[in-house]
Amino acid sequence: MVDRELTIKGRTAIAGIGETVYYKRAQAPDPEFRMCLDAILAAAEDAGLAVDDIDGFASYSNDRNEPSHIASALGLPELRFSNMVWGGGGGGGSAAVANAAAAVAAGYANYVVVFRALAQGQFGRFGQAPPLRGISGPMAYTMPYGLVSPAQMFAMRVQRFMHEYGGGQAAQKAVSMASYHHAQANPRAVMHGRPLTEEAYDGARWIVEPFRLYDCCMENDGAAAIIVTSAERAADLRHPPAHIWAAEQGSDLGQGLPVHNAPDYATSNFKTLAKHLYDTAGVGPHDIDVIQSYENFTGGVVMSLVEHGFCEPEEVDKVLTFENLTAPNGSLPINTSGGNLAECYMHGLELIIEAVRQVRGTSTSQVADVELSLVTSGPMVTPVSNLLLSASR
Amino acid sequence: MSATDAYLPAGLPAPASEALDETYWSAATDHRLMIQCCQGCGRHQWGPEWICNKCRSFDLEWVEVEPRGVIYSWERIWHPVHPALVEACPYVVVLVELPHADGVRMVGNLLGDPTEEVQIGSEVEGVFEDHPECEPPYTLVQWRRLP
Ligand SMILES: [Zn+2]
Repeated sequence: MVDRELTIKGRTAIAGIGETVYYKRAQAPDPEFRMCLDAILAAAEDAGLAVDDIDGFASYSNDRNEPSHIASALGLPELRFSNMVWGGGGGGGSAAVANAAAAVAAGYANYVVVFRALAQGQFGRFGQAPPLRGISGPMAYTMPYGLVSPAQMFAMRVQRFMHEYGGGQAAQKAVSMASYHHAQANPRAVMHGRPLTEEAYDGARWIVEPFRLYDCCMENDGAAAIIVTSAERAADLRHPPAHIWAAEQGSDLGQGLPVHNAPDYATSNFKTLAKHLYDTAGVGPHDIDVIQSYENFTGGVVMSLVEHGFCEPEEVDKVLTFENLTAPNGSLPINTSGGNLAECYMHGLELIIEAVRQVRGTSTSQVADVELSLVTSGPMVTPVSNLLLSASR
Repeated sequence: MSATDAYLPAGLPAPASEALDETYWSAATDHRLMIQCCQGCGRHQWGPEWICNKCRSFDLEWVEVEPRGVIYSWERIWHPVHPALVEACPYVVVLVELPHADGVRMVGNLLGDPTEEVQIGSEVEGVFEDHPECEPPYTLVQWRRLP
């Protein structure tokens, strides 16, 4: 049970959002650190916050831009909090927001920036191992067999899910089509003006079965930032606050066991986190209005939605349809900016920004009267994380 | 179970042993499959670890297990992500469960025609794939369907 005295619910809020232009991989005209600064300044401007008031930073996915460097470059009077979530990919996205909220609630800092910046032309490609001659440790039991990339790591889990519950290919397609559909309304989206037809989805090459090309996230350059502060301070800023009702991070028993030995294998890793999130917020899946669900690969979205209680695993192809997953009329609208598949793969921070827009009522695919806006970050890795935002405190 | 030609082309990173798993790699070159078994609770465990994740005993012993199992999951890879694999696609990677060793799972390639249908639950046996040309030499454990 949740200790109500200690719960994070309603104590903090997201008050500012900022992004650079989103680019295709290696096409950013600016270096990564410059884009990181741009996004942070844009978030402060959006919030109506004096840059000097920023006093903390949180990030994830081994971001290269160190808070001490950022704070000094910006001439901030004080750095009071800096924090990084372990783990690659986007599993730490909502966790970074959770850490920022915890810091604010504990009084460690007043205005904590959560950021992510990526320039793959300046640095190496994300998710690709540098060429090695020898490999030791757990990877010695996978790489020599040609199991190398994230897609290959996660296809194995999704295949098992499809075997256990019978289905999932149609749901994967619906997730992809919904993301591309929403991107057509969003001028920031890298895939804006490039709609995806059913024929193109079905005719696309396999990357690794059961993932076709359009089941896989893009690779992009850019930067994004948000500002977390107390609910009281947020109320004095420019936009209606997106109140943080709950944010959880972690994974179930043994999910870090090497060589695909997690006891519960056909999972996105949200089974325990979803329960904690709903307990903390005091709500259930039927109360959620809109969802931003991290798509490294569409099969992970299907499993995330199941584990957050939106659908039984045996029914994914029946419930997770294009009609249901699209705004404004679907019963389960997801990834309303285009998300990692079609807006920008900013490792899911763009999904958190979109969740804030849905609370503010400013999405390009707005759902009516949003009270509760859910984010799920980084399925199938460990740790994963999730975040529930509300229009009310 | 004899040595076979390599399933994938040369050029992928070669496995290198470390203190924890030296026994596995040297046994493999002798065409024996060895994994860890806890002397505290008797449970097999994989991959290599310093402690039993069930009873937390540090007394893990390497024991030989029969290289037989069932396909727990699989994938057919069409897009090469390593220069050595450009000519190798499609190829099949399987996750094999060893029911007689507490259900530990191992990753390997499924030998044979890569376009053939793969069934979860199919029985497979291990095949030791030697790489004597490498320095130091090593052996991979591959899998083929039982008739
Ligand atoms: Zn034990």
